[in-house]
Amino acid sequence: MDKTPQKTPQTDPRQSWTFSREINSEIRRAAATGIYDIRGGGAKRRVPHFDDLLFLGASMSRYPLEGYREKCDTSVVLGTRFAKKPIELKIPITIAGMSFGALSGNAKEALGRGATLSGTSTTTGDGGMTEEERGHSEKLVYQYLPSRYGMNPDDLRRADAIEVVVGQGAKPGGGGMLLGQKITERVAGMRDLPVGIDQRSACRHPDWTGPDDLEIKILELREITGWEKPIYVKIGGARPYYDTALAVKAGADVVVLDGMQGGTAATQDVFIEHVGQPTLACIRPAVQALQDLGMHREVQLVVSGGIRTGADVAKALALGADAVAIGTAALIALGDNDPKWEDEYRELGTTAGAYDDWHEGRDPAGITTQDPALMARLDPIAAGRRLRNYLNVMTLECQTIARACGKSHVHNLEPEDLCALTMEAAAMAQVPLAGTNWWPGKGGF
Amino acid sequence: MPVLDMLKTELREVNATLQAAAKAKGNEAFTIENPRGAHAMAVGLDGPISVTVKGSTGYYCAGMNKLATVHVTGSAGPGVAENMMSGEVIIEGDASQYAGATGHGGLLNIKGNASSRCGISMKGIDIVVHGNIGHMSAFMAQKGNLVVLGNAGDALGDSLYEARLFVRGSVKSLGADCVEKEMRPEHLEILRGLLERAGADAKPEEFKRYGSARNLYHFNIDHADAY
Repeated sequence: MDKTPQKTPQTDPRQSWTFSREINSEIRRAAATGIYDIRGGGAKRRVPHFDDLLFLGASMSRYPLEGYREKCDTSVVLGTRFAKKPIELKIPITIAGMSFGALSGNAKEALGRGATLSGTSTTTGDGGMTEEERGHSEKLVYQYLPSRYGMNPDDLRRADAIEVVVGQGAKPGGGGMLLGQKITERVAGMRDLPVGIDQRSACRHPDWTGPDDLEIKILELREITGWEKPIYVKIGGARPYYDTALAVKAGADVVVLDGMQGGTAATQDVFIEHVGQPTLACIRPAVQALQDLGMHREVQLVVSGGIRTGADVAKALALGADAVAIGTAALIALGDNDPKWEDEYRELGTTAGAYDDWHEGRDPAGITTQDPALMARLDPIAAGRRLRNYLNVMTLECQTIARACGKSHVHNLEPEDLCALTMEAAAMAQVPLAGTNWWPGKGGF
Repeated sequence: MPVLDMLKTELREVNATLQAAAKAKGNEAFTIENPRGAHAMAVGLDGPISVTVKGSTGYYCAGMNKLATVHVTGSAGPGVAENMMSGEVIIEGDASQYAGATGHGGLLNIKGNASSRCGISMKGIDIVVHGNIGHMSAFMAQKGNLVVLGNAGDALGDSLYEARLFVRGSVKSLGADCVEKEMRPEHLEILRGLLERAGADAKPEEFKRYGSARNLYHFNIDHADAY
């Protein structure tokens, strides 16, 4: 008989799903600092997204178009409702608003260069319009924000369109904070504030409240600019049906709808991850509002928040958008979070792909910083070319899908071209669950 | 003096006429009759013209004004002289909410009272109010001077940056990070100049000065109670 003591079998150590390593590390960080976590970027949690949709492609009843031979138009005109000078873009992908201050001057220049090479527009942000940006952007949208930092009538008239920002997908209902370390003399001068102090961006406009006031504000902006410029209204993905309807009522030429994956320069992590709706969930209600008002395609819809590929573009258009806007993806194309800076990301306690402390101004890629030595790392000409390449690839991808669906214009894509892989995506996009003709909320199966 | 009668002339034509005259820099003087509370009147002027509005205006009168002088003989609706860059706007009556909001420069001279949030986020404008001002005035005010000959409502100068506030009467309460400050000779000098420009019958020595304690300039969790 074997007298060797037997070791009692044990189950493997089990990590709690509720108290995961990530959650526990945040609890320890909060306990040590007493401050909530602030970061840049958009929601990182997994939410139903365009990946949960598929195109059906052509079949017996749908004739495809020949790739590389038959035309598939990608042009889009924004601001056809009231503006004397609508914006004509060659591609349905625009660059979203990002501020000088959050981004370096070189980064803003690169965005302008890339957008212009691709025949599309870029957008200012909180902090006003810079010469780098205006000078290198053939079509520039000027954001009209609650803080009004740098706002002046000369730049208003130099803009090609005006975007009244009501909300932002990363933080519907929230303002912003540009921390003092990024407030150089130039940034401070443009914002009329002292150097080195934290600069609060207000969460609501100082001189209007609600859609009735906004209608008058839009009237004022049109009167100042001679009714030439398209007026966009940007809303966060909160209540997309009503917000879109009210933006139209207030006189918007274009509604920009930003879902929760849309990025920010600096906001509380709890805000980014827990307030707002996924982009996918926002599009159909917004389109429905436009259709109910008889304004679909007359008031254009620009969708942003997590757009990464031409497939995402095609899916957003198929759900009824007229164009999309990219922010985070554009920064990655410029060089943000590039693994070539991995050693420096490690020194900052992070890794390439996960770096999101954009507010600290120590970006190794020289994009989300005002540090002269770091800024110099970004060559705006080369970065602009990378953005151009990326925009062109996305456009080609979108065209490839549209042709496969038999569409001679990307705007001819429609919900009928799509199916969903999950119940959630089917419900949000209101397209059939794959293999069925049904989605949640629709009768029958 | 050219007269624009809003009983016969559309707002677009009124503004286009004024904007063209301002751009021509001919120092012309216009009169607007029958404004009937119209919104966005005399906005976006960029040149040394003079406009007298015979009556009261709606929202955003003289918005984003540069160099022009706009004189309203009645009262003004919300956001008068919002984001003004330079020039002068005179209101003989009262002004509604957000008077001079985000203004960068010039003088806003309100002969009556101003409602809440007067001078909100002001960025360099000078505002003189001969009467009282409402609550939350100078909220997040960044630069410039707000002079009040009467009383101030609740939460004056909440979250103030570098704007100077001068009040002759009482202040119902001060907002977060706003404190009374010493009135030094240079402040008396600034105040004297503003009172003179505004035609105000008051002595600088009668005022108290308020400004930012600068305790909230950097985010600090220990200041959370301030809000």
